Amino acid sequence: MSPKPTSPIALHKALEKIWGTPSGWGRLSAVNHNILGKRFMVLALVFFAIGGILAMLIRAQLATPNSAFVGPELYNQIFTMHGTVMMFLFAIPMFEGLAMYMLPKLLGARDLAFPRIAAYGFWCYLFGGTILIVAMLAGYAPNAGWFMYTPLSSGTYTPGINADVWLLGITFVEISAVTAAIELIVTILKMRAPGMSLTRMPIFGWYMLVTAGMMLIGFPPLILGSMLLEMERAFDLPFFDPTRGGDPLLWQHLFWLFGHPEVYIIFLPAAGVLSTMIPTFARRPLVGYNAIIVAIVAMAFLSFGLWVHHMFTVGIPHLALAFFSAASALVAIPTAVQIFAWIGTLASGRPKFDIPMLYVVGFFIVFVCGGLTGVMLAMVPFNSQAHDTYFVVAHLHYVLVGGFVFPMLAALYYWLPHVTGRRSVYSLSVPAFWLILVGFNLTFFLMHLTGLMGMPRRISTYPSNWGWDWLNLLSSVGGFLMTMGFALVLIDIIMQFRFGRRTSRNPWKARTLEWAMPTPAPSYNFAAIPEIAGRADDLDVNVLGRDLAGGKGYLGFTRADRQETLGVDMMSGEPDQVIILPQPTYLPLWTALATGAFFLGLLFKLYWLPPIAAVVVIVLFFLWTRPLGARRNMGPIDIGMGKAVPVDGEVRDNVTWWATLCGITADTTLYGSLLFGALYLALIAPGWTDPAPPLDWLPAIGLVTALAAMALLRRAEVLNAGNRSPLPLLLAALGLGAITALALLAGMLRIPDPTSHANLSLRFVLLTYCAVHAGVAALLALHAALRYRAGFVSAVRATDIRITRAWTDYAALAQLPAWAILLLLAGGAR
Amino acid sequence: MSTLDPAGPAAGNIATLWWVMFFGAVVLFALVLGLLALSFLRPAAIASIKPMHWIIGGGLIMPVPILLGLLIAALLLGEQLLPKPGGVAPMRIEAHASQWQWRFAYPDAPGSAETDVLHLPAGEPVDILVTAEDVIHSFWIPRLGGKIDAIPGHENTIRLEADEPGVYRGICAEYCGEGHETMGFVVEAHAPADFPAAVGAAP
Repeated sequence: MSPKPTSPIALHKALEKIWGTPSGWGRLSAVNHNILGKRFMVLALVFFAIGGILAMLIRAQLATPNSAFVGPELYNQIFTMHGTVMMFLFAIPMFEGLAMYMLPKLLGARDLAFPRIAAYGFWCYLFGGTILIVAMLAGYAPNAGWFMYTPLSSGTYTPGINADVWLLGITFVEISAVTAAIELIVTILKMRAPGMSLTRMPIFGWYMLVTAGMMLIGFPPLILGSMLLEMERAFDLPFFDPTRGGDPLLWQHLFWLFGHPEVYIIFLPAAGVLSTMIPTFARRPLVGYNAIIVAIVAMAFLSFGLWVHHMFTVGIPHLALAFFSAASALVAIPTAVQIFAWIGTLASGRPKFDIPMLYVVGFFIVFVCGGLTGVMLAMVPFNSQAHDTYFVVAHLHYVLVGGFVFPMLAALYYWLPHVTGRRSVYSLSVPAFWLILVGFNLTFFLMHLTGLMGMPRRISTYPSNWGWDWLNLLSSVGGFLMTMGFALVLIDIIMQFRFGRRTSRNPWKARTLEWAMPTPAPSYNFAAIPEIAGRADDLDVNVLGRDLAGGKGYLGFTRADRQETLGVDMMSGEPDQVIILPQPTYLPLWTALATGAFFLGLLFKLYWLPPIAAVVVIVLFFLWTRPLGARRNMGPIDIGMGKAVPVDGEVRDNVTWWATLCGITADTTLYGSLLFGALYLALIAPGWTDPAPPLDWLPAIGLVTALAAMALLRRAEVLNAGNRSPLPLLLAALGLGAITALALLAGMLRIPDPTSHANLSLRFVLLTYCAVHAGVAALLALHAALRYRAGFVSAVRATDIRITRAWTDYAALAQLPAWAILLLLAGGAR
Repeated sequence: MSTLDPAGPAAGNIATLWWVMFFGAVVLFALVLGLLALSFLRPAAIASIKPMHWIIGGGLIMPVPILLGLLIAALLLGEQLLPKPGGVAPMRIEAHASQWQWRFAYPDAPGSAETDVLHLPAGEPVDILVTAEDVIHSFWIPRLGGKIDAIPGHENTIRLEADEPGVYRGICAEYCGEGHETMGFVVEAHAPADFPAAVGAAP
């Protein structure tokens, strides 16, 4: 089929018919990134408002000494929720939403790689966040701090549902973070415009690639820690209890192993926004594109090596602290590289000013200050004084508000015209900026001094004789000024939607692809996908936009009502497949509801519900793949511009395969954190006693069967490639997987009293991990068998078998370190 | 309560470190913001700087020596503050935290009783052995020095010294539940001759 010449309007209508989302209740079936990106951002702003109101309550309470406005019980819930909401329900989802909305447009794709997973992530975020907020309104908000230090957060010292709300609600929300990370990585690597090699990618793509990679390995330690703590709370399995071989410090290691990279996970997308906007306003390309890429990769590596700087006062040997202190200070170097690249871009360009630039200047003022106090806090002796005081409160707000909120406000003013098709109403934008900047500095600059004067964090009130009164009062005044500024920004946004002047297609004269489309953006982004011949942050988008709207480019036509976009070779950007994306569906919503039932069952200790919910989730996921794939080989199909490539199901290097590898990577990190925890307790925990009861060899049957399943699947893959039926082998692998899971399960149940000591609870949880993975391997074998029977699998359409093989390999090999640790635990580690 | 009003050598050294870092930070802040302002207000003044020189100068040449110097100074200072074995072993005092109070014991003062007030001999270093019974707390006397966490199952040591006899305030610095802000304690530093009597020990 060759592209028929057609008018831009007709092409728009044809594409909109295919890519559009139904109206009315049909909106709940939306999977389009335009809609989901905006939903993520709007919901994040709602949570920002909730977190802001909580902050106002804190400042009202602390405005005067000996205040009786809220008592300590309520205050503890308020500050716990303020931190939790801002970190997990505002910052992360905010940039996820921005990236979801923006990345396909910057990269030249029509949607994300997994639109339904994005929708599922959104529902998980909404439901998980709702659990937390509803619990708060009912008076059962978490109250052990957003860092949830054990033993305070354990069942003994925080009985009741509060801490469970945190652990389960946040883990629920984290699902959306991990799925978003996989989605973004695969989209960036595989779904760029043809010709856009990695070295031509807009810098925001690089920032998000690194960020998503960090999320993939940064979140699993927290998810693991939350699962262990919830098991300790719900089933009394000790991991953090020092009287039964656990160690409260293990929680801190797991938490900060996530928690520190988290800061950079929040900063990097914002820095990516700055690196995208500043060249537009400097009217020249970004200075030091390559240096910035090196800097952000260096930042990512360093960020995983400095979590201990949150733990300088826990009694770790000083020389070990020196290592983490140096790593913390070194992070200043890649930060400085970026700061000076931005200043250099402005200095060597012809800078112009507009509202977004106001916030960029605000970013410089606030973030540089936060960076400098960060270097101070990296110094161990100073840290021992300033740690857990208001100095740290000041520092972290300078870094996070400076490094995230100011750039996001700049982004809001920069890209809102893309969403509305209108310009700002300037009369409100400028006073709003000044209120925020002055209010922020009044609130938080003084807190440096409050902290140095000895005021610790998280106290609900203070006596009046220690010189903290006027500092706190001024901080509270500043806080309310800042709130007024944010309220003005909100009004400004509404005004822009209602009264803003209609704008031309590219109001800032930017040179990146997202402006090469009509505004507001159509559901399919690009009527045709461009060929990129140079750096993708220096394009003449006005000319390009006209050409693309007219269908000049790749896939500038519709075919069989399919949602088609292009996949490219990861490095070179040569087109190598047509990716066929799924239509709107309610499956993500149902699956998220079933997932929610799973978490609510755990939360309310209705232990009959989670297994049922898990089965429903599994059945629903089996339904997910039904509309995907084809029953016959299509061979290369025309993509315009004289080229033809196969559809994604017929190439090995497709997005599903890469997502599987990303998923296994995240899982490996989770498992690595578990193995680290087991070794940590066995070697360092204060109350550890060797040896434990001897090892039970019955579950070792599971190791043998898992290795056999691994061999069978390799053979099945070979048979399938040779056009012979893999069905018997898949069914045999299904049986072996089930036996593996049952053998490991039996091993778990035969452990004598796993609640008695961490040694046995670790044995229990290691066997659980292996059993779950064997069970999933069995399900995947079943899935591949069903897909084969239904005709979706052939020698070239082999993805279902390949991902089953990859998972089965992982599930079998993961048992090896588990058995090594089990032997160590049983034999006596010390 | 202020760390900027030190009453012991550890707090004094850290306060000096703070002031050095503070003035250094002011200079660096002014430099960065000044360059940013120039790029808008007087672009001609800095337009001749080559793009890559910004990154090499600002990102590498400027921070590396500053950070190295600071790290070495902080490492040496930190080593100085450590409770090191060898030499004359200082007096040991046990600080035991629980929700929400501190108890202090004096194993090196025979016959002494447990107290709610922390008694110290002034003018000599003491090693405080910090433990916790239930949840994590943190032992902190801002005017004498840094803090150390009190963690159940662990024993941490911090070396502190009060220059002069007097009354100081201590506080729990790690969030420990509903009574967190009530978990302060009084520190009384005595002339060494008066110390045994203060803890009820044989002189």
